[in-house]
Amino acid sequence: MSHPTTLAGPAGAPDAVTPKNGGTPGRDAARAKRRKTLRGIWPNVLALVLAALFIFPVYWMFSTSFKPATEVLTKTPTFFFSPTFEHYGTATEVDLFWTFVRNSVLVTVGAVALALVVALAASFAIVRMRFKGRKGLVLAVMMAQMAPWEVMVIVMYLIARDAEVLNSIGFLTLIYFVMVLPFTIWTLRGFIAAVPKELEEAAMIDGCSRTQAFMKVIFPLLAPGLMSTSLFGFITAWNEFAMVLVLNKDPEAYTLPLWLTQFQSAFGNDWGATMAASSLFALPVLLLFIFLQRRAVGGLSAGAVKG
Amino acid sequence: MTVQTEGVTPVAEEPPPRDPAPGPAEPSPRPRRSLPSGWLPYVLIGPAVVALAVFLGYPLIRNVIVSLQQLGRIEMISRTTVWTGLGNYTELLQDDMFWTVVARTFVFMAVNVVLIMVFGTLIGLLLNRLGKKMRMVLSISLVLAWAMPIVASATVFRWLFDTQFGVMNWVMRSLGFEGYDQHNWFDTGFSTLAIVTLLIVWASVPFVALNMYAGLTTISGELYEAARMDGASNARIFRSVVFPMLKPFFLITTFLEIIWVFKAFAQIYALNAGGPNRESETLPVFAYVEGMSQMQFGVAAAASVLTILLLMIAMSFYFRLILKQEDEQ
Repeated sequence: MSHPTTLAGPAGAPDAVTPKNGGTPGRDAARAKRRKTLRGIWPNVLALVLAALFIFPVYWMFSTSFKPATEVLTKTPTFFFSPTFEHYGTATEVDLFWTFVRNSVLVTVGAVALALVVALAASFAIVRMRFKGRKGLVLAVMMAQMAPWEVMVIVMYLIARDAEVLNSIGFLTLIYFVMVLPFTIWTLRGFIAAVPKELEEAAMIDGCSRTQAFMKVIFPLLAPGLMSTSLFGFITAWNEFAMVLVLNKDPEAYTLPLWLTQFQSAFGNDWGATMAASSLFALPVLLLFIFLQRRAVGGLSAGAVKG
Repeated sequence: MTVQTEGVTPVAEEPPPRDPAPGPAEPSPRPRRSLPSGWLPYVLIGPAVVALAVFLGYPLIRNVIVSLQQLGRIEMISRTTVWTGLGNYTELLQDDMFWTVVARTFVFMAVNVVLIMVFGTLIGLLLNRLGKKMRMVLSISLVLAWAMPIVASATVFRWLFDTQFGVMNWVMRSLGFEGYDQHNWFDTGFSTLAIVTLLIVWASVPFVALNMYAGLTTISGELYEAARMDGASNARIFRSVVFPMLKPFFLITTFLEIIWVFKAFAQIYALNAGGPNRESETLPVFAYVEGMSQMQFGVAAAASVLTILLLMIAMSFYFRLILKQEDEQ
């Protein structure tokens, strides 16, 4: 990266366009244009190299998962092959695979649904009502977003052990619910604040009760916000690893991330199947993220979307 | 000003400040209501407050309590409580291994954060310079790297760096390096942490780069032109125009990354479980291993309390920045 600080206007770099060869430009002009083209090319080359580097692990995961077994374990990797689904068969026929899927779906959906309901009530109160301790609550929610869950696993284990809820999907759901709750409140607070208060007041003047005004006016307007917020909550809970590692030692209570880390030790060198398992686990998140990309880049830096 | 939010869908923006003066109808009690309206907000926030108190507040307090107890294998089985006061802390602070872990954690964090910020900024600047199509290509690649679940990417990195059939050994051989026939990348704590660093930087750069780009698009082109007219070089433009404009972004992102890298657990644990010989453990992994493998729950809790205290220093800076940003809106 020789000129890392070179900047173009915000509209993008127009000099990446190759010059048109209309007419007969003078020699100097031609040279200047060639230099300009060269200068326009290096960012593109650099971008291609970077794009290849960043996507390579993702590409390699999928490509390994489709490779015939004989071509996975080779000293010299093959890049062209006839794809096969055999590894997906191996991965999904593992004992209890569907239990892990069910567990993952249960904890994720449960945590997100709970968080949405609880957060909707709380953030509505925070935005639209004045009460003692509101500022404190906002502050607490903000701090809770950064809660160091990874460092609290030991004490969570002790608490779960005392309460005899180790290996419980319900307890894990509750923990994930609290993990995504602060972020959900924080985001919904923004979405609710974006709905003009006058709409609600107009509905109430027209004879709606406050509850009706909320259900009929605000809620429909919030739908897109609820959607994207819950998808981020989904990703957090789906990916969580530290807590389930500590709490759920019984395979019946594994979620997919735990299964994936145990998979490789169980299957030794079957990298084809391991990558198929990784792909199965990662695919829903990758698709959601592409869908959510625009929202992820803006606004959410305050909420720890992904650590 | 919010650098990150501008130019995005309005709904995703930081909330504007709440109305300082309440609407006329707001606090007035309505006769039809069975519940006095003064209670309503507390009913609404109740579940959230209880959930946070029970599952976050209580564990934090319990963590401190456990750190003052001797809680090993024997006490766990007999379910007895033995208080040791600050015994666990003095034991930790006199332990050379603990100090090695602390030093390792700080060096690891510093290296990661610097790499993430430098590469993230450079790629953000590059994104701003690219044409539409190339920007799409690079963005998609960045978003996929960002989106990969940590556990999945750790598994993939284990495969990339596999001793026998890993593609990285093949790359090293192809580049003409000797000794990469069966090279074990996870042989030492240092090389393990180097791979963890690669994994974390790879996964975190997209966040910085894409947000940096979003921030850059908010800077008006006239500013660059004016600076150029005055004869400023590109480096000078970055220092005098871009950096001051995006300073809140740089500060907030740096502290976010410090916090994230400091408490990184899954990346390190899923790659090599803190091994070999506990040589790649950072503080969060150390606390986990002390507890779950060594069955020293009191010591583990003390380590966890100290880690949380260190994290809180970084967080206090972060929160101050966020609050300042909220105030300025």
